[in-house]
Amino acid sequence: MSTEFEFSVDGETIVAKPGQTIMDACDDAGVYIPRLCDVEGLVPQGSCRVCTVKVNGRTAAACTQPAEPGVTVENDTPQVQGYRRDLVRMLFHEGNHLCPICEASGRCELQAMAYRLGISQDSLYPYLQPVRPVDASHPDIALDTNRCILCGRCIRASRDVDGKNIFEYVGRGIHKRIGVNAENLAASDASIDDYAMSLEVCPVGCIIRKREGFFAPIGQRQFDNKPIGWEIEARHKNRIAVHQIDPSEEQS
Amino acid sequence: MKRKKRIATVSLAGCFGCHMSLLDMDEHILELMELAEFDRSPLTDFKTFSRRCDIGVIEGGCCNEENVHTLQEFRKHCDVLVAVGQCAIMGGLPVMRNAIMHSEDPLRECLEEAYSSSAKVYNPSNQIPNDAALPLLLDKVYTCAEVVKIDYQIPGCPPTGEVLWATLAALIKGEPAPQEYHMIKYD
Ligand code: SF4
Ligand code: SF4
Ligand code: SF4
Ligand code: FES
Repeated sequence: MSTEFEFSVDGETIVAKPGQTIMDACDDAGVYIPRLCDVEGLVPQGSCRVCTVKVNGRTAAACTQPAEPGVTVENDTPQVQGYRRDLVRMLFHEGNHLCPICEASGRCELQAMAYRLGISQDSLYPYLQPVRPVDASHPDIALDTNRCILCGRCIRASRDVDGKNIFEYVGRGIHKRIGVNAENLAASDASIDDYAMSLEVCPVGCIIRKREGFFAPIGQRQFDNKPIGWEIEARHKNRIAVHQIDPSEEQS
Repeated sequence: MKRKKRIATVSLAGCFGCHMSLLDMDEHILELMELAEFDRSPLTDFKTFSRRCDIGVIEGGCCNEENVHTLQEFRKHCDVLVAVGQCAIMGGLPVMRNAIMHSEDPLRECLEEAYSSSAKVYNPSNQIPNDAALPLLLDKVYTCAEVVKIDYQIPGCPPTGEVLWATLAALIKGEPAPQEYHMIKYD
């Protein structure tokens, strides 16, 4: 007995299994929904809102919203992409992002998302340029929280995969940041072999693996030639994974 | 014959890397010279505008009052302003001083670190340069778009010669600057 059901994304029919989120079903179908706080293998937390879609006309986070039979989802529309562009921009404005000197450049998901969404023109938000701590106490790992986007991927990886609970959120609102469950990283039981410290977990250049920086030359880095999400889109037989930005959309 | 388009360029708080990249467009530079002439620019060494320009290319953000004045001059004298490079768009490396200097008297602390208090500095007079000819430093580094209206931003540190050529070629034709996926790089 098949319990699969259908819903539509930008006019296309997607087949979903019970229990899947909108994002799960779209991933399987090769329809990419942009995301930053969600990553395969970790419990979705729905905090960055970059995966915002419209479900029957109302905004929802695709990574936590269950797929339901017959709903109409808007994903790749100018309005939804505009929301995402603003969210990603705000992340740039809230932290200190100096891509030319960042060792995550070229493999950074925030940067790659900005490229994918075509962010090049100025925005009206002020650059907050906060001063956030850098913890270089550990022999193998450093944290530069100036680049942290508070996605919580490290928290979930350390808690659910490593069973260590090394990271946690501290503070509120604009003062919220990632803290370590000890005096500093060196005093915690963090190890370079933790999943939380792997390159897959931190989407930006906040968790730094010492002596491993700039390991791939420019031109051969993760997102140098392929946009973020291309491997999901490659599952879709008819989709062309090359993104042309519509300048009229961005420059308005 | 159609008149050549006039281009002006300037480096504000930049390292001239973006200008180097402009020269790195290989043989397109010959095509560019066919289509356009350079007015106020370090390439011509003209210090002021001789006439109104079609395109102004800005490298670097604003860290002192002279930068602001120059940028305003460019806005006044150019039809289209293009901010080129991460320094012009997001402040680039100079902007690090905004974040480093969160103190009661940030600018002073920064200057003292640079000219007197740092162990690496040899400065027997212990003076911070204060010649009247030196432009006044701003409280922080500002992006170009925070100071004047910018028409296009071409990110990169620096953008490649190829991207700069594609941009100028389009603007010379009177078309909008292209913003294709492969042209957006923040490093
Ligand atoms: S973390 Fe990403 S966006 Fe931030 S400076 Fe590094 S490369 Fe740029
Ligand atoms: S340190 Fe990295 S993984 Fe952890 S919350 Fe910040 S950006 Fe996300
Ligand atoms: S963007 Fe890079 S190359 Fe251009 S002026 Fe700034 S530091 Fe130099
Ligand atoms: S990916 Fe869904 S909210 Fe972050």
